[in-house]
Amino acid sequence: MPALRILVPVKRVIDYAVKPRVNKAQTGVETAGVKHSMNPFDELSVEESVRIREKNRAPGGVEDICVLSAGPKKAEDILRTAMSMGADRGIHVDVKEGEDLEPLTVAKLLKAAVEQEKSNLVILGKQSIDDDANQTGQMLAGLLGWPQATQASQVEFGEGDTVSVTREVDGGVETVRAKLPMVITTDLRLNEPRFATLQNIMKAKKKPLAKKTLADFGVTAERRLKVLKVTEPPARQGGGKVEDVDGLISKLKGLGAI
Amino acid sequence: MTARPQLTPVLRRLRLARISANPSRQAALEQSLPCPVARRFSTSRPRPFHTTPAVSAKAKFTSETYPDIKRDSRFAQLTGEHVGYFRSLLGSESAVIDGVTNDRAADDIEPFNSDWMRKYRGHCKLVLKPGSTEEVSKILKYCNDNMLAVVPQGGNTGLVGGSVPVFDEIVISMSRMNQIIEFDEVSGTLVAEAGCILEVVDQFLASKGYIFPLDLGAKGSCHIGGNVSTNAGGLRLLRYGSLHGTVLGIEAVLADGTVVDDLCKLRKNNTGYDLKQLFIGAEGTIGIITKVSIHCPQRSPAQNVAFFGLESFDKVQQAFREAKGQLSEILSAFELMDEGSQALVRQVTKNESPLEGRYPFYCLIETSGSNADHDSEKLQAFLEDVMEKGIVSDGTLAQDETQIKSLWTWREGITEALSHLGGTYKYDVSIPLKELYQLVEDTRARVDAAGLLGDTDEYPVRAVVGYGHMGDANLHLNVSTRRFDERVEKVLEPFVYEWIAARQGSISAEHGLGVMKKKFIGYSRNPTIVGLMKNIKNTFDPNGILNPYKYL
Repeated sequence: MPALRILVPVKRVIDYAVKPRVNKAQTGVETAGVKHSMNPFDELSVEESVRIREKNRAPGGVEDICVLSAGPKKAEDILRTAMSMGADRGIHVDVKEGEDLEPLTVAKLLKAAVEQEKSNLVILGKQSIDDDANQTGQMLAGLLGWPQATQASQVEFGEGDTVSVTREVDGGVETVRAKLPMVITTDLRLNEPRFATLQNIMKAKKKPLAKKTLADFGVTAERRLKVLKVTEPPARQGGGKVEDVDGLISKLKGLGAI
Repeated sequence: MTARPQLTPVLRRLRLARISANPSRQAALEQSLPCPVARRFSTSRPRPFHTTPAVSAKAKFTSETYPDIKRDSRFAQLTGEHVGYFRSLLGSESAVIDGVTNDRAADDIEPFNSDWMRKYRGHCKLVLKPGSTEEVSKILKYCNDNMLAVVPQGGNTGLVGGSVPVFDEIVISMSRMNQIIEFDEVSGTLVAEAGCILEVVDQFLASKGYIFPLDLGAKGSCHIGGNVSTNAGGLRLLRYGSLHGTVLGIEAVLADGTVVDDLCKLRKNNTGYDLKQLFIGAEGTIGIITKVSIHCPQRSPAQNVAFFGLESFDKVQQAFREAKGQLSEILSAFELMDEGSQALVRQVTKNESPLEGRYPFYCLIETSGSNADHDSEKLQAFLEDVMEKGIVSDGTLAQDETQIKSLWTWREGITEALSHLGGTYKYDVSIPLKELYQLVEDTRARVDAAGLLGDTDEYPVRAVVGYGHMGDANLHLNVSTRRFDERVEKVLEPFVYEWIAARQGSISAEHGLGVMKKKFIGYSRNPTIVGLMKNIKNTFDPNGILNPYKYL
């Protein structure tokens, strides 16, 4: 097995613990002044890559873990976070604030990055919690012509160049096996991301961070989709109290439930 | 964004440690967790309970636990006639819970009769829920004229038995007085009724960009009137100061029904004695607070949390000095935890510690400011500095909101973890910083020397641990026991109180006196002061009907 060169794409999104609010113009979600952090699924990808190296799980070893993020200048923060967790270097692809990329554009960008960085394994989150598209990994595998294993809950390296991936499906687990190079997307049960220690946070500041543009990868931020309107889900209606069992029954009848 | 709600429960199950404090999610969260969420509980609790609070058995009557306390025979027995008066006064059916003429009401009264730790329990038979200051005034006037003793009660989250009756005192629950009266968005002055729940008020303020100057674990249940009456301390004291500074005015009702209207909204008012200060921390012994006017600071939009391990208490002190110097205005919490307390949290929650190594001490630092980048830069520079100087051995910096909450659980979850393990002797003390941790070491040595401390079942004491609000020189000394053993109490008391008295410390830094520490006040206050306090009590409440058997 060749030494692994892992590419881990990461995205800066609104923090998962923050409640998103629709902006006044109803064109999107309010992002100004809102706490952002790394997409939780991407944290899992970074953690898994680092664990593969630390626990010597790949027979050929891990040569490189490169994190890549396309976004505004602030995306550098999450690249540093990924590097403090153990990634070797980062690539920041500058995209203007508000100029969101569609999954296909991201997949094309990543394909070019894979070729430039000579990656043989891409581990990425199955989806980002802002768009919830769950498409990029699949599109990337399609463009590269590589096998893909989505929603991984366990990754094991076997004989030859094979990688077995356990994925959770309805009613159980499914194990798939493929040969490198391949694309893996991560699901929540894969691992538990670590806290970056102070030493590593400091070390991460000195790790290389390359700045690039979309043009460096030969892609443009064209949009095929147009957002017409963004609205909040309807507010939940409050419940009511009934006096007794008879009251409950007549209420249920009134609602046509019984 | 549609998948976010679906994602949340999964994330939650996977990362039990990463607790969301988002209140709208709290209810669902509690169901999915094996143990209740730490945030809802006080960050620090008091001394002995001999059964675990998880046990739902009824508590022992306070009158049995403390046989020295005798019912004051000057107080009249409640009769149906009294109840009739209160009924006609309060009108509404739900405002009176009557166990005097109605035997079946006992279950409804029980929650008012005992505290949440099931450590104190009274024999109360009547609960009144006035809806206005006028009603409080009329109730008290009638009680004073008829020599009926009363206990004012807020959220009943106290830790020293101050809010539960001892004998048959009438409980006056403030829960129906829960309106926010006014808020000045320019000055940040809030006026609200005493029965407002702290968290509700804080959420209201959050929507206006302000924050309540007090935060504590019990915020989901406690009332702001109770907070003021007990002068609650909590997590934001380091930053915003004590309620003695932030409360601008109060409205209170005295024992004879007189309404003291001092609902001042001014920050400055040097006209005569500042009488409202007497009511702050009086635990309802000189009057019942009905309204509060309080100055609320601007809410900080940016928060950062760092957690680190240190080799000695000396280094903890150095770190605190550096933090004050380098973080100055953005420092909002500096909390201390020893390895003993963290080991217990690990044991109970089965969570992985945020740091790989083990250190004798851990500190949690929180910063709050207006500019996230600026704060985080400052904090990073500080952390690098203390690392380079060798003050801090290892540490981590929360990278997102979830990690912030997760790190806080290592501090706030201690009480919770302790209560899972069995009875705990708790001392909430204030000692000059220099000797803060010495108390834990001395106590541990003493318990060990008595042959009571050990890892196996034959020893009654599991651990002697310390944690607390370093920033306020407030330590929580906790002695975790496996079972009740008289020898333990004999070893601890009066040793702990004498130790504190010898250093001019306080035997109750933020929990108050209530029933539990009434007889120990002498360790922290001299006879002259206690005498003056008694004079004040007699002036305001000559018949002694307000919250009797407690405080002084």
